[in-house]
Amino acid sequence: MSDTHAETVSYVRETMLPQQEPPASTVGPVGWAKTNLFSGWFNTVLSVLSGIFILWLAYRLLPWIISPTWQATSLNECREIIGALNKPHGGACWGVISERWKQLMFGFYPPEHYWRPVLSLILLLVALGPLLFRHLVPAKVIYFSMLYPFIAAWLLWGGTIWNPIVAILGFVIIALSLKFLTSVLNPALALIIGVLLAVIWWVALAGPVAGGLSAVLPIGIEAIASRQFGGFMLSITIGVTAILCSLPIGILLALGRQSDLLLVKAMCVGFIEFIRGVPLITLLFVASVLLNIFLPPGTNFDIILRVIIMVTLFASAYMAEVVRGGLAALPKGQYEGADSLGLDYWQSQRLIIMPQALKISIPGIVSTFIGVFKDTTLVSIISMFDPIGLSNAIRADTAWNGVYWELFIFIGLVFFIFCFSMSRYSMYLERRLQTGHR
Amino acid sequence: MSELAMDTQIDRSAMKVSDEVAIEIRNMNKWYGQFHVLRDINLTVNRGERIVIAGPSGSGKSTLIRCINRLEEHQAGQIIVDGTELTSDLKNIDKIRSEVGMCFQHFNLFPHLTILENCTLAPIWVRKVPKKEAEETAMHFLEKVKIPDQALKYPGQLSGGQQQRVAIARSLCMKPRIMLFDEPTSALDPEMIKEVLDTMIELAQEGMTMLCVTHEMGFARQVANRVIFMDQGQIVEQNEPEEFFNNPRSERTKLFLSQILGH
Ligand SMILES: Nc1ncnc2c1ncn2[C@@H]1O[C@H](COP(=O)(O)OP(=O)(O)O)[C@@H](O)[C@H]1O
Ligand SMILES: [Mg+2]
Repeated sequence: MSDTHAETVSYVRETMLPQQEPPASTVGPVGWAKTNLFSGWFNTVLSVLSGIFILWLAYRLLPWIISPTWQATSLNECREIIGALNKPHGGACWGVISERWKQLMFGFYPPEHYWRPVLSLILLLVALGPLLFRHLVPAKVIYFSMLYPFIAAWLLWGGTIWNPIVAILGFVIIALSLKFLTSVLNPALALIIGVLLAVIWWVALAGPVAGGLSAVLPIGIEAIASRQFGGFMLSITIGVTAILCSLPIGILLALGRQSDLLLVKAMCVGFIEFIRGVPLITLLFVASVLLNIFLPPGTNFDIILRVIIMVTLFASAYMAEVVRGGLAALPKGQYEGADSLGLDYWQSQRLIIMPQALKISIPGIVSTFIGVFKDTTLVSIISMFDPIGLSNAIRADTAWNGVYWELFIFIGLVFFIFCFSMSRYSMYLERRLQTGHR
Repeated sequence: MSELAMDTQIDRSAMKVSDEVAIEIRNMNKWYGQFHVLRDINLTVNRGERIVIAGPSGSGKSTLIRCINRLEEHQAGQIIVDGTELTSDLKNIDKIRSEVGMCFQHFNLFPHLTILENCTLAPIWVRKVPKKEAEETAMHFLEKVKIPDQALKYPGQLSGGQQQRVAIARSLCMKPRIMLFDEPTSALDPEMIKEVLDTMIELAQEGMTMLCVTHEMGFARQVANRVIFMDQGQIVEQNEPEEFFNNPRSERTKLFLSQILGH
């Protein structure tokens, strides 16, 4: 210290210190283990105990999982194979998976048409591209994304090509009324009028028009009934539709809840609170049983569509609250900044408010997505054949009566892959949207 | 307060006040619930005027200038901006807002957009300017406020003074005929105040019509052609800066000036 004149009050540093390497024990694998596993005696004990527990778990589970039963065609055959091996804790009977995995994926969809759901899934990934990886995928793909729902519905259910076309026309009606009415009306009112017109079109006019057109120009593929849908294909159909629809509906509900128009606000609050106060199961029962009572006799309102609507409404209410949280976190200055530049209501929502509010809400939004996807298994209660419903059906076969673990592990694993990907994606997105500290 | 920008040579030659009326406020009143926040405001601003609005905190200065671009709604009287009266007609409001630029105390930049995108957003969406042209204009104004090299950064990566200059550039990109400033330097560290004031002085020298709520009395002396003193929601006194500072007439003004100038 003598060269820095520490003994005097006035102080001038004469030599600047060069940058030095950190101590060796804080870097590399040794350093990592030291800071993360063995910092202090308590953490060391915990690390050792957890290590022992993991090893023990692997020791007990692996022999059960590694079981040469993939070729077995019934539970008895499995038992014979395992008995011959003379294992102390038995083994898994994987034959049921190798025999029935297609059914777990597609339900009772005719095997010669399996290419249709597979193609829909591949196209889904293409359509999601511009939404999920905006900076990697050409922006023009978004037009395909907008058409995708209609293409997918047509591929899955088949029938005449005119059905998706008249359905698209309904959205054209909404877009046109928004475009021409916002200049003379309150934006919320314009939207409501547009939606009403579209609903009238879909309910009353679209069916006959499509029928007429297909009589003139019959183009189509073989129709497949909703009863034949099942397995993960059913879960994904319901889950993905509900997820994709619930976000925009949830945003509109959240905005409606902030509206100056008392009626719009009251309707949104009432809807959100009602839906959140009722278990999803009840809504599904309403969809499967009660709705038929209210509908005019003879109407054939597709069961999957009914379930999708209910699950979507359910998810939308939760989404609305998640988005509202994001909106509340935005400083008032953002609205004022947008207003002062002359942006109109929808422009400032779209360009300024929503990008930020949604970014704040990403963790909540993705949690809701994951929840909705897993909740699709509840449809097994209204006797639809989602993977859980199918596992019951498979056990009803005498060959596989008594197989539980293997089916549930398989179903759980597939669900886990989907949900874990969503969760990782949300973390990736949060990191990518990071734009420096505020 | 600080006698800032004294080293800058002010060229008053282009600061001409024309006869044309830019803003006219007649018998304007505003209430927040029961609270009468603005009382019978009458104010005419000609094109090319630089007006500084001063007054104690809570006297209604912000509310007054926020009424001019309808961030706040007045309940009685008239506000006419560039010949268009502010009513509840949404079209008029958006038109006036695109003609009147505003800078806020807390900048209100859009943190999810780059500096360049902040500046091109409104021209592209409101004025329907092609993207390339909007970017050229934006770069021109960013050069003017002396931060073209930050164009691709995000607001969160800039210092307060830089952010406020971006906010000024963002408003200028809309080619406004009137600029409103609501305490643009109050949230800044002392060493950054000067850079923002210099930008504002430059703007004044080019003949921009400006209304500034500010406590920078040095700026008021040098740039303003009129100082307005507000208290309790009313205009108490207005005068040329020299007269205003040297011979304040009302007791309230004297008290305020002694508090703000005499340390
Ligand atoms: N949104 C509001 N609701 C109710 N009172 C308000 C609101 N905004 C401002 N005020 C009140 O109006 C008065 C004037 O506010 P403001 O114009 O911000 O004053 P200044 O900018 O001169 O400090 C203050 O007393 C303030 O408390
Ligand atoms: Mg203020």
